Amino acid sequence: MSRQGDVRAYWRANLRLVGLCLAVWFLFSFGFGILLVEPLNRIQFGGFKLGFWFAQQGSIYIFLLLVVTYAWAMARLDRRYGVEED
Amino acid sequence: MSLQALTYLVVGASFALYIGIAIWSKAQNTGDFYVAGKGVHPIANGMATAADWMSAASFLSMAGLIAFLGYDGSVYLMGWTGGYVLLALLLAPYLRKFGKYTIPEFIGERYYSNTARIVAVICLIFISFTYVAGQMRGVGIVFSRFLNVDIGTGLTVGMTIVFFYAVLGGMKGITYTQVAQYCVLIFAYTVPAVFISLQVTGIAVPQIAFGSEISGGSTYLLEKLDQVVTDLGFAAYTSGTKSRIDVFCITAALMAGTAGLPHVLVRFFTVPKVRDARASAGWALLFIAILYTTAPAVASMARLNLTQTIQPGPVGAATGNLAYDERPQWFRNWEATGLLRFEDRNGDGRIQYYDDSNDDRRVQFEGYGWKGNELEVDNDIIVLANPEIANLPDWVIALVAAGGIAAALSTAAGLLLVISAAISHDILKGVLMPHISERRELLAGRIAAGVAIVVAGYLGYNPPGFVAQVVAFAFGLAAASLFPVILLGIFSVRMNKEGAIAGMLAGLIFTLGYILTFKGVFFPPLLDNTPDHWLFGISPEGIGFVGMLLNFGVAFSVSRVTAPPPVEVTQLVERIRVPR
Repeated sequence: MSRQGDVRAYWRANLRLVGLCLAVWFLFSFGFGILLVEPLNRIQFGGFKLGFWFAQQGSIYIFLLLVVTYAWAMARLDRRYGVEED
Repeated sequence: MSLQALTYLVVGASFALYIGIAIWSKAQNTGDFYVAGKGVHPIANGMATAADWMSAASFLSMAGLIAFLGYDGSVYLMGWTGGYVLLALLLAPYLRKFGKYTIPEFIGERYYSNTARIVAVICLIFISFTYVAGQMRGVGIVFSRFLNVDIGTGLTVGMTIVFFYAVLGGMKGITYTQVAQYCVLIFAYTVPAVFISLQVTGIAVPQIAFGSEISGGSTYLLEKLDQVVTDLGFAAYTSGTKSRIDVFCITAALMAGTAGLPHVLVRFFTVPKVRDARASAGWALLFIAILYTTAPAVASMARLNLTQTIQPGPVGAATGNLAYDERPQWFRNWEATGLLRFEDRNGDGRIQYYDDSNDDRRVQFEGYGWKGNELEVDNDIIVLANPEIANLPDWVIALVAAGGIAAALSTAAGLLLVISAAISHDILKGVLMPHISERRELLAGRIAAGVAIVVAGYLGYNPPGFVAQVVAFAFGLAAASLFPVILLGIFSVRMNKEGAIAGMLAGLIFTLGYILTFKGVFFPPLLDNTPDHWLFGISPEGIGFVGMLLNFGVAFSVSRVTAPPPVEVTQLVERIRVPR
């Protein structure tokens, strides 16, 4: 494949990954921490109501996981499409 | 050793450390001064970003805010961490690939327009100055409470220290001092948190103690807290009072605002590679998350401690409330600062702390002979007073003072640097004097940093009444102005200068106009700041989200009916999208 074709495919793969990560980001913060907080609060999670836990703890852990996963997955994509820095 | 001597010692030692680092890391050229020569290790940059980001507000005020807001305080926790996901996925790697010195420079080149660059400089300076004045105020509060000097002296000392390492070391000096400041501030934040968790629940890890049973009882901490505060008429801690849509919009505005703050974005210019920029965002979020997951735990325990100190007995019993003459020492200390105020409305010599605006319970509370809430607690004292409330050793209190100063100075330095870079690099070199030599540009950068420090100090000493209000709105403005144009500049090849400028102006004017309508700032507010006047029930704090959507909409529409960007610009966009 040409360099140009590679770069296009690389960018599409990146966009798919970003889209997936942002969907998870939205679900755990705005979804579980805000929009669905009341139904989730009926579930007890240790000493927490589950919705409250997502809003004040869980969402932050998910954010961290997402950023780390993205960095790792992009390093792999860079190598697969031969665009990594030396 | 007395507490004051100990505090002087700890704070003095931390200052000596910062100055030592400044001498070691003097900037040699403009590359060092603006972006630390692009040679910062991702972990070091992660720590520096965390210190840059966590300001006096995060360190001193946030836990206090959450303590009084309960669930509603989640907007700050999610908003100020979730923004890093946007930053790491959508902005940081591409800005690093662009590889220049400032955010306005990116906007100017991407939109092939000095007008766009200057609009970006205006947004940047406005956001950064309101923010920096708040930091200086934080330095002043810590100095006046713990070192018994007046706010002016405290500010002068703080300004001198920042002047020394920011002017001398530029970004390089700032980066390595911020690494040291991160270590000081995170240690100072977590040590008292561990002590308090042990006292309240017997578990050392605050994040776990938060969901545990309180010592000597079989009720969960949060369950107990809900019960204690609702007995006094307050809203239950784990459920808020803000509307769902408002919580949503405030969180979104804080997230996008975080991703659009220039002093944070520019930190990602300092690492050697694109891959490092991605990794660095992960490290930064890890270092930030340590404080941000501890804060809500501290908040809940502090609220419980405070409430039970004031109301040790059953609600309504004649002796259920703390007698004013028996108030503890920390209460007296903070009364002296005016941040804790007592007024004996019913003349019984005891302190009643309850929600006197709760109409459903009014009759009940009046039946006890209570004539209104008698205690005013400033949010800012929760973190600072916590070690005293929990009777922790003096060295912990000294440490908290040093941590508060570290948090304020590190953020102030980062902000001052982006202000000086915007003036020397974007306005002077970029627009007014394109042929200025590197040595003279460096000198101009240093002078600009010096002037910015003096202005910031002045604003900290004479805070215009509106500073406290505007700091929160800096996020809304960043969300509505800078964030969308940077994002579109990377992800939309078709976006052109007309679209970007129209979008920025629309977002900025709409958001600023909405805030001024309800907050006035320069004039009396035009409408009462209550939910029935708000657009779709969105408060001025959350309106930046709507401003951002408006910016996107206007930019998109205008760009479709105007000429596409020139071919060099489309090539630029394609170049920044790939690491190599």
